[in-house]
Amino acid sequence: MTAATETGHPSVLAKAVREGIFAGVISFLMFLLFVGIETYQDINNALVWRTRWGLLAIFVLVAAVGRFLTVGFIKPHLDQRKLAKAKSGVLEISESKSFFHRHFLKIALIFLLVYPFLSLLIVGKQGSLKYVDNFGIQILIYVMLAWGLNIVVGLAGLLDLGYVAFYAVGAYSYALLSSYFGFSFWLLLPMSGILAALWGVILGFPVLRLRGDYLAIVTLAFGEIIRLVLINWTDVTKGTFGISGIAKASFFGIWSFDTGSASSFVKAWGLSPSSVYYKIFLFYIILALCMLTAYVTIQLRRMPIGRAWEALREDEIACRSLGINTVTTKLTAFATGAMFGGFAGAFFATRQGFVSPESFVFLESAVILAIVVLGGMGSLTGIAIAAMVMVGGTEVLREMSFLKVVFGPDFTPELYRMLLFGLAMIIVMLFKPRGFVGSREPTAFLKERRAVSGSFTKEGHG
Amino acid sequence: MAAENLLKVQAVETYYGNIRALAGVDVEVNKGEIVSLIGANGAGKSTLMMTICGSPQARAGTIVFDGEDITKLPTHLIARRRIAQSPEGRRIFPRMTVYENLQMGAGLDNLKYFNEDVEKIFTLFPRLKERQSQRGGTLSGGEQQMLSIGRALMARPKLLLLDEPSLGLAPLIVKGIFEAIKKLNQEEGLTVFLVEQNAFAALKLSDRGYVMVNGKVTMSGSGKELLANPEVRAAYLEGGRH
Repeated sequence: MTAATETGHPSVLAKAVREGIFAGVISFLMFLLFVGIETYQDINNALVWRTRWGLLAIFVLVAAVGRFLTVGFIKPHLDQRKLAKAKSGVLEISESKSFFHRHFLKIALIFLLVYPFLSLLIVGKQGSLKYVDNFGIQILIYVMLAWGLNIVVGLAGLLDLGYVAFYAVGAYSYALLSSYFGFSFWLLLPMSGILAALWGVILGFPVLRLRGDYLAIVTLAFGEIIRLVLINWTDVTKGTFGISGIAKASFFGIWSFDTGSASSFVKAWGLSPSSVYYKIFLFYIILALCMLTAYVTIQLRRMPIGRAWEALREDEIACRSLGINTVTTKLTAFATGAMFGGFAGAFFATRQGFVSPESFVFLESAVILAIVVLGGMGSLTGIAIAAMVMVGGTEVLREMSFLKVVFGPDFTPELYRMLLFGLAMIIVMLFKPRGFVGSREPTAFLKERRAVSGSFTKEGHG
Repeated sequence: MAAENLLKVQAVETYYGNIRALAGVDVEVNKGEIVSLIGANGAGKSTLMMTICGSPQARAGTIVFDGEDITKLPTHLIARRRIAQSPEGRRIFPRMTVYENLQMGAGLDNLKYFNEDVEKIFTLFPRLKERQSQRGGTLSGGEQQMLSIGRALMARPKLLLLDEPSLGLAPLIVKGIFEAIKKLNQEEGLTVFLVEQNAFAALKLSDRGYVMVNGKVTMSGSGKELLANPEVRAAYLEGGRH
């Protein structure tokens, strides 16, 4: 046993070579059509194809070498470390956690609060645009959406594949009501949430009797219906053209962020005009919205309705026999989740200044759901980390121009984002099958507080 | 004991689709009694239990609880009339801790009596106290059954329905659980309606019993009478004795 795990042992190396070649063959077959062949339009607008053997070779090589290194060196090394740990009798989870561990949430929150100023300080106004907007706001929108969906999927256990519909309802509520009636952001933000919650109830009613797979399919259809209505109801929504020129949010009605306005924020504070101030303002709005979502979720979990959601996820029949009205419980879960989706949608509309049905495709629902699952259903911290990795990861991908050195100058890394997304998901699910934070913190305890281990939390595992 | 009627099931018929599972069942439970219902697999024992709880609802007949007709009430409203059930297969919440499971049971009174009641449950089942911060799904079968009964008791029930509490448990644990039921009945006057395959233990515990065959009650009497009845002995007791 010990001999086999030693690095560089001949049998291990032979196995590594074998598996490396195998991985190479597999990836050759997999990528042959995706990467090896490229289609493009020629001068006559006809679709023709050409081969990209070089790029394909690089893909295959990366897979083969990666597998070889994993099997031959990384895995034996990890095994050995585990064995040594087991021998010395040190448990992997030590009781005394580091300072960073214990105060992780506080540190994270403080970091988020100073983040825009930090980026202003380090990369200046122009550079901050990217870091505050593309990274900060973008990630926080997904954190909020995922936390909202978490109420439905993570807490109440109702698999919702059409969550983006509520996001769309929120966004279009804001876009339409603000452009037709000129209502302000601060009035429309709660209204969008309420309207989305209403749609949550409307979706909730017909699907009350459904569970699991059936529920997932109906919610998926619901998401598509909303999108198709937005596309086809051209009189109101302008169809695929979308609605542009959506009003910006004002500083609580005191200062405006429109450059030409008399009560402009920039003028009032004597600052040089730059759109970065608006972005920073938006950053704080979405941060506050996220905090609201988290606060409400944490509070609800301690209240009867939150406990009923969690019980509903575990066993619907037992719930009913305990006097819980499963109808209202499900509806409130849908409505609450949808409401936060609506808030996020209204925010999205004001941030973009433009909405179109393009932004609310099924892929968005899938990404949000993936974030919830990867984060560990029900865990707010885990979901936030998952959103950061997944959304931040795709943004980082745009920055990876050095990959062009490896894959050639034609390589555009962001086109491979879904590939990497999938890869990341497979890796996480292999090593952390319950998500980043798979444990569940009990809401009630008599004497000792103890997280419920993630390895036991599989649904229906009695 | 004054025979004040608590639950009265009259001519109840329950169907699963077109299949008749209960063919006109009459059962009565008086206040302060332990009544058991015995019968073979598929006789309709659990169906009767579920019908009392309103899932599925009876297609014919009436169920009167404490003077009120509950035949057509939805399950959660029946539960709010203080009929607590420890369902077949226990159905505890596996991801929640023992403590949280008990808390779920006390939801009807919004946790008003939670602290005193939880102490009572822990005295009745000391094992649950040891395991209180453990996840429900990690408990042994016997502990899960205790939790299931404990959770039902948290609702301060007028009537406790127990569906096969001995299912899959070792005889010694079954004995412990039945002793706990007896204790509750004697000390607190709790009314219990018990469905059991383990006919001997159930009848010994009960004031009265019913025997069910193919969706009909074929025999009834006091626990002792049924235990002595040659037909009952032949069908349910011989060879099945613990």
